[in-house]
Amino acid sequence: MEPPEEKPIIYTMENKPIVTCAGDQNLFTSLYHSLAQQLSREPMEWRRSYGRPPKMIHLEANFVQFKEDLLPKEDNKALLTFPFLHIYWTDCCDTEIYKATVKEDIIRWQNLLKTYNTVDWLIVVVESDTKKKNKTNILPRTSIVDKIRNDFCNKQSDRCVVLSDPLKDSPRSQESWSAFLTKLRTLLLMSFTKNLGKFEDDMRTLREKRTEPGWSFCEYFMVQEELAFVFEMLQQFEDALVQYDELDALFTQYVVNFGAGDGANWLTSFCQPVHSWNGLLLRKPIDMEKRDLIQKSKATLLDMRSYLFSRQCTLLLFLQRPWEVTQRALELLHSCVQELNLLEVLVLQGALDCWVFLSCLEVLQRIESCSDWAQLDSNASHTVGLWTYATEKLKALGYLCGLASENGPNSEDLNRTVDLLAGLGAERPETASSLQSPYKKLKEALSSVEAFEKHYLELSHATMDMYKTIGRLRSARLVGKSLAEFYMRKGDPQKAEGFLQEALKTYMTEGWALPVTHTRKQLAECQKQLGQMENYLQTSSLLASDFNLPEEERKHFCQEILNFANQQTYNQVQKVVLGMSSFAQLRQLHFKPCSAVVHVGGSLTIELSLHSHMPVPVWVGQVAASVHFSNEKNCFHNAVESLSKQRVMAGGNNGIIHIQTDPPAGHSPRVSLPSLELYEMHDKSPSDNSLNSTGVICKNVHLLLRHQESVSSIETPSGVSLEDSAQVLKTTDVLLEPGFNKIVFTAPTHEPGMYTLRQLCATVGSVQFVLPHIYPIVQYDVYSQEPQLKVEPLTDSLLAGIAQKLKFTIITGHYAIKKGDVLQLSNVDAMHILYSPGNTATILSNTGEKVEESVLMIQSSEKVTSIMLPLTPAYHVIEFELEVICHILSTLSKPFDNERLTNGELHWKTKENEKPDSCQASIAQKMSIDCPWSIYSTIIALTFYNPFKAAQSLLSAGKRKYIQVCLQNMSEVSFHLLDHNLTESLKCPNIELVSMNVKTRQHVYRKQSVFCLWEIKWTKELPSSLQCQFSVNFSPAISEEESTSFKPYVYEFQLENIVTLYNVKAEIYPVLGAEHCRTGSLCSLEVSITRLSDLTEADQDESLTESDGLCTTKLMYEVVDNSSNWALCGKSSGVISMPVAARALHKVHMEVMPLFAGNLPFPNVKVSKYLPHHSSHSTQPDIDSWLENDLSVDKALDEQADSSSIRSRTSTHSASNEHKGLSMPRLQSFSPGQVFSCSTGMQVLVVPSKDDHVLEVNVT
Amino acid sequence: NYPLYIRSIPTENELKFHYTVHTSLDVVEEKISAVGKALVDQRELYLGLLYPTEDYKVYGYVTNSKVKFVIVVDSSNTALRDNEIRSMFRKLHNSYTDVMCNPFYNPGDPIQSKAFDNMVSAMMVQVC
Repeated sequence: MEPPEEKPIIYTMENKPIVTCAGDQNLFTSLYHSLAQQLSREPMEWRRSYGRPPKMIHLEANFVQFKEDLLPKEDNKALLTFPFLHIYWTDCCDTEIYKATVKEDIIRWQNLLKTYNTVDWLIVVVESDTKKKNKTNILPRTSIVDKIRNDFCNKQSDRCVVLSDPLKDSPRSQESWSAFLTKLRTLLLMSFTKNLGKFEDDMRTLREKRTEPGWSFCEYFMVQEELAFVFEMLQQFEDALVQYDELDALFTQYVVNFGAGDGANWLTSFCQPVHSWNGLLLRKPIDMEKRDLIQKSKATLLDMRSYLFSRQCTLLLFLQRPWEVTQRALELLHSCVQELNLLEVLVLQGALDCWVFLSCLEVLQRIESCSDWAQLDSNASHTVGLWTYATEKLKALGYLCGLASENGPNSEDLNRTVDLLAGLGAERPETASSLQSPYKKLKEALSSVEAFEKHYLELSHATMDMYKTIGRLRSARLVGKSLAEFYMRKGDPQKAEGFLQEALKTYMTEGWALPVTHTRKQLAECQKQLGQMENYLQTSSLLASDFNLPEEERKHFCQEILNFANQQTYNQVQKVVLGMSSFAQLRQLHFKPCSAVVHVGGSLTIELSLHSHMPVPVWVGQVAASVHFSNEKNCFHNAVESLSKQRVMAGGNNGIIHIQTDPPAGHSPRVSLPSLELYEMHDKSPSDNSLNSTGVICKNVHLLLRHQESVSSIETPSGVSLEDSAQVLKTTDVLLEPGFNKIVFTAPTHEPGMYTLRQLCATVGSVQFVLPHIYPIVQYDVYSQEPQLKVEPLTDSLLAGIAQKLKFTIITGHYAIKKGDVLQLSNVDAMHILYSPGNTATILSNTGEKVEESVLMIQSSEKVTSIMLPLTPAYHVIEFELEVICHILSTLSKPFDNERLTNGELHWKTKENEKPDSCQASIAQKMSIDCPWSIYSTIIALTFYNPFKAAQSLLSAGKRKYIQVCLQNMSEVSFHLLDHNLTESLKCPNIELVSMNVKTRQHVYRKQSVFCLWEIKWTKELPSSLQCQFSVNFSPAISEEESTSFKPYVYEFQLENIVTLYNVKAEIYPVLGAEHCRTGSLCSLEVSITRLSDLTEADQDESLTESDGLCTTKLMYEVVDNSSNWALCGKSSGVISMPVAARALHKVHMEVMPLFAGNLPFPNVKVSKYLPHHSSHSTQPDIDSWLENDLSVDKALDEQADSSSIRSRTSTHSASNEHKGLSMPRLQSFSPGQVFSCSTGMQVLVVPSKDDHVLEVNVT
Repeated sequence: NYPLYIRSIPTENELKFHYTVHTSLDVVEEKISAVGKALVDQRELYLGLLYPTEDYKVYGYVTNSKVKFVIVVDSSNTALRDNEIRSMFRKLHNSYTDVMCNPFYNPGDPIQSKAFDNMVSAMMVQVC
């Protein structure tokens, strides 16, 4: 056992709660070691007041011999020395002895405790077998304990514990030990709870008194720290830290309040001038020196803070939270500096810097000392702030003491240094041994320029590396920049440049205008010192165009460039090439003419709009644009193409090309992000044009995305090179005003080809500003063209018969039309060129502007028409019109042409109809033209279309005959018609054609028809065929005036088989006795066929049979109801033989049933010639076309006709087809004039049947 | 990481502010990535104190679309607690949203809105 401590308590971590021992000291000594060991072995739960969470703590105790003066006085607040528990030890087992001495001793002890109001006591009775054995008169051992219990522990029986055989290793002894220890711990904790609670209450009341005038923070500090010590003693670092944090907060609050004018008296002591700035001291757990100062209320603010922080630091390190230390340290340092300002404490200049520097290093070293390197690296983000701070401070110190300048410190600086060093005081004994102590470092750094540089560089690089490893590149750049500033001050621009460039790059990519400007300025200075003229000029030009700089500085840099440009002209051949973007910007290019397409030798000017960024007007010696020339094969083709496009383009952008340019680099947030190009998208399905999907497409995704990925390659200032180019556009001596300038170039157009503008270069003295690429690509085309002649009709199609205008277009190309140049047109018979004296030619320039008009001279000879061309320069267009007329060749229509309109009974298919109806008869004409520029003649094909189409038809009414002519206007033009006339060309005397047309003059509109009708009257026999000619005069109905000449139109045709042979009449009678036909009831149909004429030549064919001088012919009749109004009952067709004599009559009866009520048209009755199969007729080629050998008719016959001959025909039909024409009976239709049907168009009234009560209703 | 809008009231020290704000972006990014790893969905926009310097306190705020706001205040200005800064950021954010709603504003361009400018000025006057 240690002797009780007499000297003042040393506040070390070895402090333990004090437990006093009374009674048998020897006994205790023997037990002490095992007791001390086992007490801390098991944790004990500590339940605490104020709802604080219970904690498991390992108790330790410092056992001291009981003395009266150990007991605390009433007003003593010291907790550390407070005995928490008093134990009385005895091993008395003899009642006598007990009664004699021990009892009294205990009583005395108890009384003493009572006087100090201590209730935490414990009596331990140690029993030992050895003692028992020695004493023979053994009382039951419990008796002593019982006695003691009876005597002292009248209520609290647990205050007495029995410890049996403590020194022996027996189960019983173990048991009693553990019971004892548990008891001991419980009691200790009870004591803690009670006493600490009391202490805390006292402390709180003290704190509440803080508004009272006499209150001192220092006193309070001491009290609360006491509590913290106790917690620390109990290993409750968390709670201890809380105590210090509370103190910290309280202090801070006071300082802040002081700043706000609410000062407390005690604070004045902290406002004393600071004389010592020796930094934090973290190596000792408790800085007694400072504590003393605080206790004596003599501490300065720095002392106070330092002490507080050192305590917090210690506790945090115990808690294994070193990173919090760094964070808190940074905050502390910052707030200290603030607080000193706030309290207006007098501090020597630089002293704070020293203090901060020392403290930073101290903290860092302390952290390093208690953690390994790997940990340090991974937690660099926590320490880097301190490093930066230290670097900053050292730099500030260096500047202050003149250590960073080129010349070294002067005397004033040296004095300052000495003062600062004095404030550091002597080095602490703790750190004296280590070489790297912050104290030594600072002292060394301040001692000489070289040492300072060494330390500063070391720190800076360390900081930068650290920033880089944790990815804070921007911060690293900033440190680098300040390092560069240092180098610049040291006159070492070489090293500074790299840092500046790096920093500049970072700022540029992220678009920070002001830092960019500032850094650039430094860089310019640096480059100037280095003599990197080109870079310096480039930077200067950037700076001169920087709007963030004041006007004078911009002018200064601009002047720098100009000075250089002017001075170097004589002695330096090599020109300095700079990028143009900073100097000026190309905004627009304007071509004149705007299509940017000219012919060879034509004039083309390009107007550049340059935006100068210079603050002053700059005299530019020469502006040149280099041009790339390419003579492509398809150049001419392109030129023509673009010439044709020219008008479209002219409407568009007017030949102005806007150059998308970024604002000068410093301004733009993103240096060159291409603008978003969005387009609408519609996806339509090809089949029905319905919309499948629609959306917006970004067309330049690749550009946008790529840009985001690689921001690095933004500025390549030195990559500017001047291209050598054969073709250069130049203008000299241009004054570039700030802002917009226009420069006009005249482009060379000597050779055809495509010219592409590549580079733009402005030369100022020996400096050249080069725009390496002009984007978008700017091109112009120069072309040469062969002369061309084009002839085209003015209207869509040329019409024959009337005068039509032709348009002649001559593109002169490179050929200039000289005087006397003639176009020679060879004439064609059917086409004449109409000469009108008012013909003028228009000469147009290349761009479509009208140049002049001149009268055309046209000379016509027999074969050749010559047109005198007006004088025209090259690359112009001559346009003129000529009228031509093409005569209609009177075309004889073939016999039986287009018999389409009949009297409605029969519909025949005409094989004549080879062409579709829309196709007009056309006349192709070829014209050959000799041009002056070519030895070959140009052949031009023209197609004239017939304006009319005529068709005739024969109509009959009984025996009377009519001719109808249909004149169809095929053209798009309306015509006047006059004097239509029909003549019989054979001039038969007995035939007269009587016109039934009322008007002699008619108007026919486009695509319409006019019908004319004539009746044929004859006196004698009617010829079987008739040759007719239809003629009409027409003139285009363009103008109202009638004076225009009418042209004749003639149409000839032939009619055959005019005479009516048969009259067919059908009649329907209702059933006998009924008034009307009824639906559903049978009616009788009577067909009567009457021969109207005697034998004529038209009957002379093989169907005619002659017997007994009586000619008969076979006819086949068919009753067909096409509209299904009638139900035909029985035989609907049959063959009859007809005597060939006038008024021969044949009647056929059949039954029909009307299916509907109402006025029903009669069914059709078809009559045709029946040619028996045996006849060996000579096949006439045209007869074939009249054959009704349609299968459909055949079928109908099969079904309805039951005549044996027909059957036999069908049987043979399948046998052989090639004999069809010979062996089969055939039908031959009559020509339209030969059969007249009386009953066509007749109707019969059918009434609905009365018993037709069945009504079908279908509802769907 | 390019500035859309910068304004400072003691204009004489503007350059220093620019540098400060620029370096603070480092910390902002660090914090964003750290937060992003921990909680993706439930992210606090306010990043709190980015880092203190001797004279200024730098606070950061990041919208969900990664638009960063940085406020630098004088560290002697103790009246500004976290809550005030927070509300300032919220105001900024609202105003910024209004700017973005302007159909004539191209995202990414420097902000030239008068309303935004006035709001910032009002906030600065109120603070200083």
